[in-house]
Amino acid sequence: MTRPHPQFARAFFILALAALTVALLSRPAAAVDVQRVVSPGGVEAWLIEDRSNPIIALQVTFGGGSASDPANRAGRARMTAATLDEGAGTLDSRAFQGELADLSIRLNFNAGRDSFAGSLMTLTRNRDRAFELLHLALTEPRFDPEPVERIRQQLIVRAQRSALDPDAVAWSTLMATLYPEHPYGQRSGGTVASLAAVETADLEAFVAQRLARDNLHIGVAGDISAEELGPLLDSTFGELPAEAAPLEVPAIAPAVDGGTVVIDMEVPQSVVALGQGGLKRDDPDYYVAYAVNYILGGGGFSSRLFSEVREKRGLAYSVYSYLHPLDSSALILGGVATENARVAESLEIIRSEWARLATEGPTAQELDNAKTFLTGSFPLRFESTGALADILAAMQFQNLGIDYLERRNDYIEAITLEDTRRIAAALLRPDDLTAVVVGQPENVEATRAAPDGS
Amino acid sequence: MPDTPRRTGLAALAALVLLGGLHVPAAAQVFEPETFTLDNGLKVVVVENARAPIVTHMLWYKVGSADEPRGQSGIAHFLEHLMFKGTETLGPGEFSDIVARNGGRENAFTSLDYTAYFQTVARDRLELMMRHEADRMHNLVLSDEVVMPERDVVLEERRSRTDNEPSSQLWEMVRASLYLHHPYGTPVIGWQQEIESLGTEDALAFYERWYAPNNAVLVVSGDVTVEEVRPLAERYYGAVPRKAVPERVRVQEPQQWAGRRVELASPRVGQPSISIAYLAPSFRTARLDDMPERPYALQVLGEILGGNTGRLYRSLVIEQGLAAGAGNSYDGSRFDGTHYTFWASPRPGVEVEAVEAALRAEIEAVLQEGVTADEVEQAKTRLTAQAIYARDSVGAAPTLSRWPQARPSKISKTGPTASPPSRRSR
Repeated sequence: MTRPHPQFARAFFILALAALTVALLSRPAAAVDVQRVVSPGGVEAWLIEDRSNPIIALQVTFGGGSASDPANRAGRARMTAATLDEGAGTLDSRAFQGELADLSIRLNFNAGRDSFAGSLMTLTRNRDRAFELLHLALTEPRFDPEPVERIRQQLIVRAQRSALDPDAVAWSTLMATLYPEHPYGQRSGGTVASLAAVETADLEAFVAQRLARDNLHIGVAGDISAEELGPLLDSTFGELPAEAAPLEVPAIAPAVDGGTVVIDMEVPQSVVALGQGGLKRDDPDYYVAYAVNYILGGGGFSSRLFSEVREKRGLAYSVYSYLHPLDSSALILGGVATENARVAESLEIIRSEWARLATEGPTAQELDNAKTFLTGSFPLRFESTGALADILAAMQFQNLGIDYLERRNDYIEAITLEDTRRIAAALLRPDDLTAVVVGQPENVEATRAAPDGS
Repeated sequence: MPDTPRRTGLAALAALVLLGGLHVPAAAQVFEPETFTLDNGLKVVVVENARAPIVTHMLWYKVGSADEPRGQSGIAHFLEHLMFKGTETLGPGEFSDIVARNGGRENAFTSLDYTAYFQTVARDRLELMMRHEADRMHNLVLSDEVVMPERDVVLEERRSRTDNEPSSQLWEMVRASLYLHHPYGTPVIGWQQEIESLGTEDALAFYERWYAPNNAVLVVSGDVTVEEVRPLAERYYGAVPRKAVPERVRVQEPQQWAGRRVELASPRVGQPSISIAYLAPSFRTARLDDMPERPYALQVLGEILGGNTGRLYRSLVIEQGLAAGAGNSYDGSRFDGTHYTFWASPRPGVEVEAVEAALRAEIEAVLQEGVTADEVEQAKTRLTAQAIYARDSVGAAPTLSRWPQARPSKISKTGPTASPPSRRSR
């Protein structure tokens, strides 16, 4: 579950948008040359060669993440990600981490609900060793007892903290409410009990099942040519098994009923998480929905929710909405945090703005403003080598095509006012909007019980 | 995943420029900035980076929460919010709408020593940003109608950041105890009862007192040259009159005769954490005290002790198995004296006292035995490499500098690291 974490004095900014990496892709004003590199051994990567700094970034994304965790092993994918760089081949944890540090190589693994990704960043001078360390981590992770136990304890500490954090509780409860009996309803970070149950064999099984050549998407950017990259692709990824295990995450519609769950917690400010059904990433109307959401609650300081809840009434520091497409479902999510005495008022305004946009649609001016922001902000996404590699891997993972960067703004420009009215009416369903309130809200009636285990 | 705050290149550079008057040869190697000063005293720094056709335009004012009148804590930050409420020619929120319509991103932040506003835009929109940023430097218009709801926003911000977060509550108390007299003991966002009493006149008085071209630094980074920036800066910022700005004189810490222990118990703490903070020199105070190398030495020490492979994580987390996380942090870019913090978080089932003892033993080992030449060399190599990474990003720098100090409660696999490259170490 990606959630915004306000970082700024001024406002929430558009971190919620940033969470949707793929949706926000934009092309630089100058055309960027995306090369398809196929290694002698048949491993494919997309490359943007950029010699402006002696840095190379690689992003590899594998299909399948924490949604493939067995129910009683929730947190397995996250734990795999956190232990994969804790020793590989002949290098134990200390030697492996020591080499990364000494050579200033940045290697991280992360598990999302539907994907598992590795990020490598290296100075050109350490390129070959960096790729070799990635190769070792992917193909010969050691999972020695000391690091496995250490990481387990770290994740348990985090789970214990999350269980008492109003923000984390609101979001995990909302997901459990929307997806009962489905992996999307599980906690990606696991619980104390599920983390305790994960065995080394589970980590090894995740690696064996998911990290395969037919299931990977590689983006590379920076100080490297296609000719240099080809052989490195083979030496790094060539030994992975040819095929991943089939993914078994059933398609599901979220169980939205417009109800409100209240979780009592002694905090001065209630945290609210909201959700209803959304559009999947490959839906033909996805970009229209994207613009509609920008107008509703995605647009930083300019959205309707920001204006009504924060600017006019001072009810909250952060209020927002965003599209949250998943592989096997789709959501529109929103959130607000308001002092207990006024949370009912915030909720009422959000619901009424939701309804007003559904009924009336946006104005022509709002759509124009959305388009100029969404197209004009395109080059801002290309601000670092690492960002480029991320985007290239995401384009493949989302099946957007190698010319996506050239086409993306055309999708935005093609949106008509009629499209946005149609989609706003069809998509925004205030009666579905399901809320979880964590705190001690006044005048908020709980109409729905908290799901088990939340 | 771990989200330890990191200062990054541009913000670190700007902080150094603000606080140190450009005595930053090490940073100069990273960014090769060009600087000039307008007739009205505005200092301009240009960092060329042609990676993408975008620029980040940041205006830093040399005023922060430590410059607030006593009894008006939070006014610096409150004013920062109110700077978005319009001028003689723009309505409330209109500058933000212009930024968004032009595909830009913007924000602002307030710290103990400075307040900064920034936009990241396509390079051909730089002039537009300059026009409006210069406008609000001297034409801000405020009324109770927009000020009062915004004060509620700030109170909600305080609830989100502090009142809802036991770790933030503890850290607020630690800071107040660490600084017995200096205003660094007061939270940037302000104490609640004082925020509740702030009004339009307070904000305007603070604005009139401190916001002036001769008390600001403009940093423009991205796909732009100094030749392009200079005429624009002269045209827009050059039109803002210079005015008398008070000297920044804060009360200083007295001799502290005793340590303090601050404890917060809350049913909402799932796992405890401990931090130990010491007063430490900043770049500026070290220079005034004629020992300018000290902060760099502390950065190298931070690298030796922190991170996945540093002494603290290795000893407390890996070898002794007592802690889930451990690290240290130091931010030398303060106007007055700063602090150096060690932290650790016990594993489940381990008493916090056991972790504290182990943490103190590591500190004692450094004090008694120092560090090895090898450790220093490796730390310097890593810090230098970080400089190359710092150079890579155009627009992320300003967005990551809000919380320079690591939060003691954060569990993190990697400890915080110092970003500016080392120049010297002992």
